[in-house]
Amino acid sequence: MDAITQNLDLFWSGFLRSLTICLWGAVGSLILGTIIATCRVAPVAPLRTFGTAWVTVIRNCPLTVVLVMFAFGLPEIGINADFYTFGLAGLIIYTSAFVCEGLRAGINSVSAGQAEAARAIGLTFTQSLTQIVLPQAFRTSIPPVGSVIIAMIKNSAVVGAFGVGRDLFSVGESLTSAQGYAALPVLTGVAIGYLMMTLPAGLGLGALERRVAIAR
Amino acid sequence: MTDAPTDTNPTDSAARTPEPAAPTHRPLVVLEKVNKHFGDLHVLKDIDLTIGEGEVVVVIGPSGSGKSTLCRAINRLETFESGTIQIDGVSLPDEGKELAKLRADVGMVFQSFNLFAHKTIRENVTLGPIKVRGLDKDKANERADQLLKRVGITEQADKYPAQLSGGQQQRVAIARALAMDPKVMLFDEPTSALDPEMINEVLDVMTGLAKDGMTMIVVTHEMGFARRAANRVVFMSEGRIVEENTPQEFFTNPKSSRAKDFLSKILTH
Repeated sequence: MDAITQNLDLFWSGFLRSLTICLWGAVGSLILGTIIATCRVAPVAPLRTFGTAWVTVIRNCPLTVVLVMFAFGLPEIGINADFYTFGLAGLIIYTSAFVCEGLRAGINSVSAGQAEAARAIGLTFTQSLTQIVLPQAFRTSIPPVGSVIIAMIKNSAVVGAFGVGRDLFSVGESLTSAQGYAALPVLTGVAIGYLMMTLPAGLGLGALERRVAIAR
Repeated sequence: MTDAPTDTNPTDSAARTPEPAAPTHRPLVVLEKVNKHFGDLHVLKDIDLTIGEGEVVVVIGPSGSGKSTLCRAINRLETFESGTIQIDGVSLPDEGKELAKLRADVGMVFQSFNLFAHKTIRENVTLGPIKVRGLDKDKANERADQLLKRVGITEQADKYPAQLSGGQQQRVAIARALAMDPKVMLFDEPTSALDPEMINEVLDVMTGLAKDGMTMIVVTHEMGFARRAANRVVFMSEGRIVEENTPQEFFTNPKSSRAKDFLSKILTH
């Protein structure tokens, strides 16, 4: 266990770096996923097509392919940014497709009558979505979207491996390959770091679900 | 109605009778040659119907006759393929903000209440006035409490819909529609989902509205309400308006065979 105790500060800074990626990733993919889900249920056909295409293409590509495209493909067509930005953008876009589908499950669970009643009192499409449908859809979407966010936290390791650097996974990698520490204790430390994010996330989601539960 | 319509269509000349004199002045809802299909099924066939201001029209007919679709088409919850529907002289726009504006003037009460499940009773009634009419919250609350009192819901304003009985929920739904100060109210089988002992509390509120001069289009199976409150009964069958008349004439002396057949089935038990 020396590998962990001797490098505690490294692990801690890696943890914080990963946590930052995950927080921005969660915020970004929740917002983007909501926008894409809105497109998929919009009354305008081109928006629906756009939303469906987004989900179909991105959900069916491996995360590594999406990240390589961002990190090495975009510079080829003249779009340049650092690895951190590319990595985070790739993670957000990849996760948004899954958030969208989780949200859509929630939207579909809201009875059509709720939206009809909203339209019948004169609310516009956007108003009935934001006032009536989405608040109820979010409740039902907490379990599936929560799973997506937890998967995203773990996927952040892939982003780290792609050269963002100094995140939890990269710390583990450099300790084992460059400094020659034994893999098992180091990776145990890395795993504990990820559990320190995913377990509270899971507990938080459970609490949130109980708090917003409502009788129908 | 200045002159009685002349019967020129031979297919239903036996059924169509001159429209009864309604306590009305100007046409408020006008449907002309409205047609709608669900796939191959022709659910609305050349519907012509004019409802005057202050008139109470009850639409009855066997299930699948198109009466609910007709009711829902009037505020475009159902689209239709041809024909026009005008509300207070304005044709229904296809979609967007103009349609939303027009819908705000048309109150709708659904069979399954459709109260907003995540909002309190008071919030259900104030949402439209605040978001659509731009009323400030205090005024909207004050008005909501008045309307809830009018429909007999006084203690439950801070509860959620699921905590109320069906009859109470439907009365709240009526208050929610009234809060928009609609020009016309549509009722789509408002008592069909209610336990028998709760039907009257809803019908009483509706009868009160009719007495106060509200223009109403009511799809219902409640013949007692039709007799008591309607100026006119419209009988639909297979997507057509087969017969329209005063309630008294219609129930005692139906002209068409389909109306006779329908009435014999529902009035004999």
